[in-house]
Amino acid sequence: MMVWDSWSAFFGMGGYGPYVWGSVVLTFALIFGEICSLAIRWNSGVKHLGNWLHSEENDDDENKA
Amino acid sequence: MSATDTLSPRSAFRTSVWFKYASPQVFFPLAGKLIPIFAVIGALLSIIGLYLGFFVAPTDWQQGDSYRIIFLHVPAAWMSMVIYLALAFWAGVGLVMNTRLASMMATALAPTGAIFTVITLWTGALWGKPTWGAWWVWDARLTSELILLFLYIGFMALQASIDDARRADKAGAVLALVGVVNIPIIYFSVKWWNTLHQGASVSLGNSPSMEKTMLTAMLIMACAFWAYSIAAALMRVRCIILERERHSDWLKQYSESLEKK
Repeated sequence: MMVWDSWSAFFGMGGYGPYVWGSVVLTFALIFGEICSLAIRWNSGVKHLGNWLHSEENDDDENKA
Repeated sequence: MSATDTLSPRSAFRTSVWFKYASPQVFFPLAGKLIPIFAVIGALLSIIGLYLGFFVAPTDWQQGDSYRIIFLHVPAAWMSMVIYLALAFWAGVGLVMNTRLASMMATALAPTGAIFTVITLWTGALWGKPTWGAWWVWDARLTSELILLFLYIGFMALQASIDDARRADKAGAVLALVGVVNIPIIYFSVKWWNTLHQGASVSLGNSPSMEKTMLTAMLIMACAFWAYSIAAALMRVRCIILERERHSDWLKQYSESLEKK
């Protein structure tokens, strides 16, 4: 089901294309950017933890929470 | 003397159940299981909501197709306020109960809330230009939403400027709790003042003044953003736990148990 006669009508958005698509693009770009930044942060956290676990100066005095 | 010495065995048990999920070591794996669930829900609802909003919903007789921006604008605006309330709630719990996980939750919510505030302001400007003829007006609704963005940024900047994590939690919590006063101002601004921004299309106690497909698409998008926000906040709180509790025994044992698998 589609209210549009053609794809060009869909992308034109009745003359409001830049406003509508500008909103859509920014919204999903920000959400995508957030997901990417979280993935990077997570991976670096895991890496740091792994480095610490397998490092030689992993002594008892550092183990205390 | 520890706190449990003063409690009866039964109330000590109840307290321990209550606080079970308040400890990072119990919460960390639980959050890890919840993230994919909320992420999938958010993605599916976004697809359904965008399909309904951009393919099925009819063109508005008054605004033409520019109105379709509301399928993003209104849900984002709701999330910007809801996330702030959640942030202030967890910051307050962290401050009063001195639980570090609650404070970490508040910290984790701030960037997601700020993103939704930016989306709200941006989509509002792109809707305002063709509809009102102005990208921006210093209207009570718009101005209070801009203040919300500054509150999010202020909260993040304040926490980032303090090295000691628990002191940063406390300072941020005070700022967040003072800032809560802005939320009812945003919400009721269209009633209290004569704003250019229109009144609520959907509110409790009134039947919505919208066409059914439009309303359905907007509510589905709101649920999608809600699910996304939960997934993103849980992802970030896990990052924060990983960074802050790096040298704790439980995280060491947990990651060793994962490595064995």
